[in-house]
Amino acid sequence: MNTENNIKTLIIKKPLKLDCGKVIKDFPIAYETYGSLNSKKDNAILVFHALTGDQFVTGINPITKKDGWWSYAVGPDKAIDTNKYFVICSNVLGGCMGSYGPSHKDPDNQNIFGTNFPVITINDMVNAQYNLLDHFGIDKLFSIAGGSMGGMQVLQFISNFPEKSKTVIPIATTSSHSAQNIAFNELGRQAITADSDWNDGNYNKKNLNPGKGLAVARMAAHITYLSKKGLQEKFGRKLQEREDLKFGFDADFQIESYLRYQGSVFVDRFDANSYLYITRAMDYFDLAKQFKGNLSEAFINTKAKFFIISFTSDWLYPTQENKDIVIALNSIGADVGFVEIKSDKGHDSFLLDVPDFLNALKNFLDKSYIENKS
Amino acid sequence: MKNEFKVIADLIEQDKKVLDVGCADGILMKFLKENKNANIRGLEISKDKVQECIAKGLTVIEGNAEKDLKQFPDKSFDYVVLSQTLQAFLNPELVLDELLRVGKKAIVTIPNFGYWKVRFHLLFKGTMPITKTLPDEWYNTPNLHMCTIKDFFNFIKSKDIKIFKSLALNDLNISLINNSNLGSKNLFADLGIFLIEK
Repeated sequence: MNTENNIKTLIIKKPLKLDCGKVIKDFPIAYETYGSLNSKKDNAILVFHALTGDQFVTGINPITKKDGWWSYAVGPDKAIDTNKYFVICSNVLGGCMGSYGPSHKDPDNQNIFGTNFPVITINDMVNAQYNLLDHFGIDKLFSIAGGSMGGMQVLQFISNFPEKSKTVIPIATTSSHSAQNIAFNELGRQAITADSDWNDGNYNKKNLNPGKGLAVARMAAHITYLSKKGLQEKFGRKLQEREDLKFGFDADFQIESYLRYQGSVFVDRFDANSYLYITRAMDYFDLAKQFKGNLSEAFINTKAKFFIISFTSDWLYPTQENKDIVIALNSIGADVGFVEIKSDKGHDSFLLDVPDFLNALKNFLDKSYIENKS
Repeated sequence: MKNEFKVIADLIEQDKKVLDVGCADGILMKFLKENKNANIRGLEISKDKVQECIAKGLTVIEGNAEKDLKQFPDKSFDYVVLSQTLQAFLNPELVLDELLRVGKKAIVTIPNFGYWKVRFHLLFKGTMPITKTLPDEWYNTPNLHMCTIKDFFNFIKSKDIKIFKSLALNDLNISLINNSNLGSKNLFADLGIFLIEK
């Protein structure tokens, strides 16, 4: 797909040493901004996207023509109010919306990377994104925020750059990817690599697309983003445009049809190799391990004000994993608030219209911003 | 703001680090933040109350004192406040120990079950007492371990907890409690306020 025209990119000239040992340089980071940076440059919020997100946080995504992934939370007068704040979001390293990733060409041989792209980590992602601060001349962000893998980036960012944000909002996330979550990611990767069109990652060369595998990966993952109760209430055992069971393997149930649809639309907008790389980065994320098992050490140098949010029905990044971060912060006397929002929308709650969540987010940001001014 | 909170606030000096356990809608926290420049945190179990605190710009952690106090390091706050909640815990002794571990000092207030109106209610009506500080019916009260000012006074003494100040509150009247007037304060005060340290 030709996406060049609608995508802003920053070419990072400075060499970046990745956790895997390789060094990359002169690589693109694609980004988008919303609202405007004030003269004091103290109203910037860096938002981090989750596994399948991109830099198009709100408004209409110019590539997919659909609403941006965080349209409920970000925009004029919304929780992250773009009348007030300057919102920056970039596509993660390894992504497929313009940032350096497996669908780019290897400068050494001009072949598309495929699985020759270096394995990247959450740490590599935030180190690459840090360059955006220099680009905009921002000395200190007002806030950093993100849910799920976005939350992992938030935690890694403030650990790497303890003085670079006044407030920190990790949402529905974890400091260490659980065995269950690694298992789900592996299921997705296996679905992709089992598709013969994946062709050992070289599908671009032969104009193939491992769409079936990627769709199954998305379907499996999508189930983990919802809750049992939410699914039951929305779909139950309702049948899809039919009076009775057909005694076959067509989509008899609405939930089947829904998942198939989710899989098929995902394939149109996402790259299979990027899915492999980004899920790997999530699996490798273990912030405590970076500090010899003591998570508190990750935050020992920051004076930032934290606000951590989890959701009751999120079983992928459950409240306890979010609370572990709160506990680590409290044990060093950090400034941390925490709320668990009641919602039956599962892990996806942070992306949806959940008023208690959006109000809490808005109140925290706006009150902190006023306090900051006074 | 209720008189109890004014008395509590008077016990706390400027610029202190304070934890309000069971901070409810954050009225006391807000007052301490604005008037005493306190570095203040709240711990609150009710989701709705947590939201009210966030709307006031207060730092609050949703949680349960019985489980969640243990995450705070020893003596990490100058003051830990517990207002009219001790009697609602499954294990008040454990909570009291935790308050005194986390706080250099603790301020604990208790609704007095020895208050004359409570005694009269039970004596003459023969039903569970309902008063201003004890507004619930026996079947829906959160209070599991009611005590009197005398009970609490004797209890903390038996635990070798130091009492810096013990105050009896009856509407707007505040008076000091000591060994000699304990009996009368236990009869005429509806609330006891204790500044303690271990």
